[in-house]
Amino acid sequence: MIEVRRLLKRFGPKTVLRNLDFQAAQGEFVALLGPNGAGKTTFLRILSSLSRATLGEVKIAGHLLPHQSAEVRQRLGVVSHLPLLYGDLTAEENLRFYGRLYSIPALDQRISSVLEQVGLLNRRKDLVRTFSRGMQQRLAIGRAVLHDPEVLLLDEPHTGLDQDACEMLDGALRQVAARGRTVVMTSHDLSRAQDLASRFDVLSRGRIQASVAVSALPQDGVLAFYRQTLEASLQNGGRE
Amino acid sequence: MKALSNFWRAMLAIVWKDLATEWRSRELISAMLVFALLVIFIFNFALELTPQTRNDVTSGVLWVTLTFAGTLGLNRSMAVEKDRGCLDGLLLAPVDRTAIYFGKTLANFIFMLLVAAIILPFYSVLYNTNLFVGGLLLVIVLGAWGYVSIGTLLASMAVQARTRDILLPILLFPVTVPLVVAAVKASSGYLKLLDQVEITPWLSLLIVFDLIFTAIAFLVFDSVVEE
Repeated sequence: MIEVRRLLKRFGPKTVLRNLDFQAAQGEFVALLGPNGAGKTTFLRILSSLSRATLGEVKIAGHLLPHQSAEVRQRLGVVSHLPLLYGDLTAEENLRFYGRLYSIPALDQRISSVLEQVGLLNRRKDLVRTFSRGMQQRLAIGRAVLHDPEVLLLDEPHTGLDQDACEMLDGALRQVAARGRTVVMTSHDLSRAQDLASRFDVLSRGRIQASVAVSALPQDGVLAFYRQTLEASLQNGGRE
Repeated sequence: MKALSNFWRAMLAIVWKDLATEWRSRELISAMLVFALLVIFIFNFALELTPQTRNDVTSGVLWVTLTFAGTLGLNRSMAVEKDRGCLDGLLLAPVDRTAIYFGKTLANFIFMLLVAAIILPFYSVLYNTNLFVGGLLLVIVLGAWGYVSIGTLLASMAVQARTRDILLPILLFPVTVPLVVAAVKASSGYLKLLDQVEITPWLSLLIVFDLIFTAIAFLVFDSVVEE
């Protein structure tokens, strides 16, 4: 579903991603881990066509970026730590606006179904600026899945959420994953990533340093795996 | 045909969204309006106009007011998109990105005309000058379109910078000098009741700049908004 080959991204003289290779099959839930500044957000922005790679090949659902970006965007849902919602529109109006941009048929029904899915049906007529951070993030998930995308990209979606809001968000993400959608999520929360994801990828020094199925790790071995991978990448980086 | 229909749908959705959010918040229009009225008020005292000199300065004061107020609106219009990440939301939509540009431009154009519609009677009363001249209204429409067409493009560029409030006027004012000069000259011609033949070159210049600015924005908007 997602194929990335030898991806390079430079901002001026600074190289953020260097010869990065990445694959995600249909239905996989990949948690992308890594320290701050590793390039996780940059990587997701390239996958979502918001940023252009300096070099390399990015293919999503068989469509190449940046040449077929409209086809790719039709198949993508994106959630970031910002809600991408308008505070002066109601929940329903926000979804209606995005629904028009995506030319979604039977939009009224779809909006009701999505609002029900994220538990906001009874707040559909309320302005988004009156919502708590957790409710806004749930609506952001609703916005991202409104057009039923094949791939969902999540950039630290739990940032700033309290425990209850995190659990509600996790419930919404499990529903998406259960429908066979491919999910790539960046996170600093290892235990939450372990609960949700089927695979861990560790991004450090501009490359995927390790990739492992969550089922292959012992329940209490995630932190050890993560630390070992980062230490190894630092040692390899030092030798380079 | 489907692509064209998607283009129109997306463009109108953006116009509707901008009008609906502005109707609720009234942030943009009120800021533009208060600023415009204050400028007119200050000029009224600063210039100490006589009935003879009034017509000479009217078009200049009018266009300074409209362009300064327009800059405030352009800045705010893009800042709203950027601050909550909504610009990314728009760019992620599977539509031709020029539909986003034309949607934002059309909404800004409506806001600028609304401000003009309110300040014209205020100006007429304060300066005792009749501004409800058919030709002048046409000049305002043409001038406002040219200003917002290039202004929306530059605002989408400036909004990426931390110094966006300062950057937009620095970028916009030099580029729009010919447009503003043409608008002032054409407005002045209508207010002084000059022959149409004397005004037509300035009107033509306005139309040419409208076309050039719109075409440039149409061609480069996609590159400007992409990282």
